[in-house]
Amino acid sequence: MNKTVKNADEALAGLEDGMTLALGGFGLCGIPENSIAALVKKGKKNLTCISNNAGVDDFGLGLLLQKKLIKKMISSYVGENAEFERQMLSGELEVDLIPQGTLATRLMAGGYGMPAIFTPAGVGTEVAEGKEVRRFKFNGEEKDYLMEYAFEPDFSIVKAWKGDTMGNLIFRMTARNFSPLVAMAGKITIAEVEELVQPGELNPQEIHLPGIYVTRIFQGEKYEKRIEQRTVRKR
Amino acid sequence: MLDKNGIAKRIAKEIKDGYYVNLGIGIPTLCANYIPQGVNVVLQSENGILGMGPFPFEGDEDADLINAGKQTVTLLPGAAIFDSALSFGMIRAQKVNLTILGAMEVSENGDIANWKIPGKMVKGMGGAMDLVASAKNIIVAMQHVNKAGESKLLPSCTLPITGLRCVKKIVTELGVLDVLPEGGFKLLERAPGISVEHIQNATAGKLIVDGEIPEMILD
Repeated sequence: MNKTVKNADEALAGLEDGMTLALGGFGLCGIPENSIAALVKKGKKNLTCISNNAGVDDFGLGLLLQKKLIKKMISSYVGENAEFERQMLSGELEVDLIPQGTLATRLMAGGYGMPAIFTPAGVGTEVAEGKEVRRFKFNGEEKDYLMEYAFEPDFSIVKAWKGDTMGNLIFRMTARNFSPLVAMAGKITIAEVEELVQPGELNPQEIHLPGIYVTRIFQGEKYEKRIEQRTVRKR
Repeated sequence: MLDKNGIAKRIAKEIKDGYYVNLGIGIPTLCANYIPQGVNVVLQSENGILGMGPFPFEGDEDADLINAGKQTVTLLPGAAIFDSALSFGMIRAQKVNLTILGAMEVSENGDIANWKIPGKMVKGMGGAMDLVASAKNIIVAMQHVNKAGESKLLPSCTLPITGLRCVKKIVTELGVLDVLPEGGFKLLERAPGISVEHIQNATAGKLIVDGEIPEMILD
């Protein structure tokens, strides 16, 4: 079984205007740089993007916003992007802000074959408006939980550190973040990797996401890996 | 009156040996600098770290290793990395012993508002709603009054709520207060040089002053 495609462009075959995409990454950490560049080039419009953040003005999903390709963002925190703010305030861009753990778990539910989850996050807040509330006795306490639906994106796009041609993935450090969850939720899942290897070269015990969830895989051309907040201490 | 570091220093005294602790952005992050010697804690960062260490030495930054504030960090011996669902799983399951975060307003029944100001650009709640909905031990680091001198410890929150009845303890530039389960801010300690009257005037919600209130000891 070989899921290798030549490049990001080939990986995005079948993407149409108006589709829903989920993308891995936390801030700029672990974002699928090559696929984002290919999305910009492809120019498919009215996309709904599920991603914890929306990049910065000139990198990450900010590049898609610049081209006005995104109709709606579903995120937990979007603070670092002036073009995002402009489009949101002018009403060009729809924004659905949801709690970070809810975002992660709704993606996970998609990959776990569960239509919905119950979470206490957002109970009593505007996040709860219009949602079903159920009361459970759990963990020694009776309290309210919100029902939140699983995500089922048309395309999921992630970046991993290493992957094999069967789609098995290993992530590096905190570049893991949402990526395995995004990958498991997609109807079509694209993985771009820093290093693509042959089956047998990865230790099966160290695989973070089994290849069954991955539809197409390719080795990225290059990675800038931009740092958003460079914080250091003196030697 | 305490400065930001003073607030962090006082909160750090609440961190006990063996705790797993989640520190929010701002003053809570500073608490890590004041954890007493001999108190061993594991810091959780909700983007997927247990065992977060200090900032890296110049030149050692790793773009793949950041905290929930998107700052470059390091790992301590015994650290673990995991995905975001597991990270919020351990928060929801109350495995994290203490959560320290900032707030714009807290009400006398423990409601917290810290994510949105109507009319201003909304950046999002990040992990704050998940944390306050699940954590059993939440300490808030905040200013007692806003820039206009108005109290941020209120009968009820005026800003959009982040979570209901969740704050247990507040440390401000003026003092330390418990939020009682039956409602009300119980004054426990005064900041150095601050009178009970000063705190009373700065607290719009119900303040409970029971007997002599000691001045806090920071060192």
